[in-house]
Amino acid sequence: MLRSMLYIPGNNPAMIQHAPIFGADSVLLDLEDAVALSEKDAARDLVCAFLKGLDFGGTVVTVRLNGTDTPFFEEDLRAVVPCRPDAVRLPKCSSPRDVLACDALMAELERESGLEPGRVKLHAMIETARGVSNAQAIADSCPRVTALTLGGQDLTADMGVRKTREGRELFTARCLVSLAARAAGIDAFDTVWADVNDNEGLLEETKAVIGLGFSGKAAIHPGQIAWIHKAFVPEAKEIGKARRIVEAALAAEAEGRGVVAVDGKMVDAPVVKRARHTLEMARLAEEGC
Amino acid sequence: MIQRIAQAGTLESSDCLVTVSPAPTLELEWRGATSALFAERNRALVESVLKETGLSGVKVQLQDQGALELTLRSRLKTALERARKEGARC
Repeated sequence: MLRSMLYIPGNNPAMIQHAPIFGADSVLLDLEDAVALSEKDAARDLVCAFLKGLDFGGTVVTVRLNGTDTPFFEEDLRAVVPCRPDAVRLPKCSSPRDVLACDALMAELERESGLEPGRVKLHAMIETARGVSNAQAIADSCPRVTALTLGGQDLTADMGVRKTREGRELFTARCLVSLAARAAGIDAFDTVWADVNDNEGLLEETKAVIGLGFSGKAAIHPGQIAWIHKAFVPEAKEIGKARRIVEAALAAEAEGRGVVAVDGKMVDAPVVKRARHTLEMARLAEEGC
Repeated sequence: MIQRIAQAGTLESSDCLVTVSPAPTLELEWRGATSALFAERNRALVESVLKETGLSGVKVQLQDQGALELTLRSRLKTALERARKEGARC
C-alpha cells in the first residue's frame, strides 16, 4: 500500500541515509529537478551507491530519472536499473512512445544484468496537457507501468494557468489520470502539496484526491508524511460497517452462500473489496504506520 | 593517470568534499573533525577505490563531514571520473 511517496534529492546523502526511518511507504530518490545540472553525475553515483549498499527495509524505493529529452536520461537508466530499485519514475510522459522507448532500454539492461524481465517497474509521470490527454494509452502501454503520477507544477505551467490552493485547475487532469490508472488496474499518485507550513491544506487536498480515486500522494518534506497517512484513516463508523461486511462475506463463503446481506442491504463483491480495503487502512493506522 | 584537479561532494553534514589532483604516487590528506577517528578506514577505502579504477598516482584531499562509507566511496569515484573526463578533453 503506497499512500505516501517522499521526494529525496539525489545528491543529499544526509537525507538518503535516513530514507528508511522517515515513515513514508515509499521514497523517491530524485535525479531530476532537485539536482543542479553540474551535479547530475555526482547524484547518479550517490543514488546508485545507496541503492546497492543501504537496507531500505520495507520502504519502496523509486528513482526519478531525467527526462528522455535530456542528455542524462540514458546514462541514468544504465546506471540505475542494474542497482534494482523497485521502480523508476519517468518524467514528462506525453505518449505511449515515451514509455515504450524507456521500457525497451530497461529490458535490455535487465538482460545484461541478469535480472528477470520486468523486475524494475516504471511509474509514468503525467505532467503535460498532451500526457493527460493520452493517460489511458500510457497506462495501457506496457505491463511494466505500475503507476501513473500527476506532476501538478509542470502541468499548470504547460497549460499556462496558475496553480491555486484549491486546485480547480487540476480537477479534470486528476479525474482523467486516476480514471486511467484504475481502468488499467495500476496505482495513481497525486502531485505534491508545495506549502510545507500548511498541513491542514495538505490533509484537505489528500482527502479530496483519495475521493477522486488516487491511491497515494507525493511529499516534499518528512513532516508531510503523517498528514498524508492521516487522510487515509477511515472513520470509526466506516470501519464498523466494513467489519460487518467482511464478517458476513466470510460467513457466506463458509456456508456456500453467494448472496450477503448486511444491515438489511445486499452487498456484492465490489462492496466486499472496498470493505477489505477500509480494514487494511484501519490496520495501518492502528499500527501507527 | 589523471590530468587535472577535480572535486566532488559538499561540506554539508553527512557529506564529504573530495579533491583529487595529479601526483607521482598516492598521497592522502585528511581534514574534518572525524578524520583522525576514521583515518584507517578512510585510507583503506581510498586504496580500494583507486585499485578498482586502476589509478595509483593521485593526491586525495578529503574533508569529512561525518560521511558514511557509501558516501565517501561515491564522492571519490565521482571526483576521479571528473578528473579523468576533464583530462580527456585537454
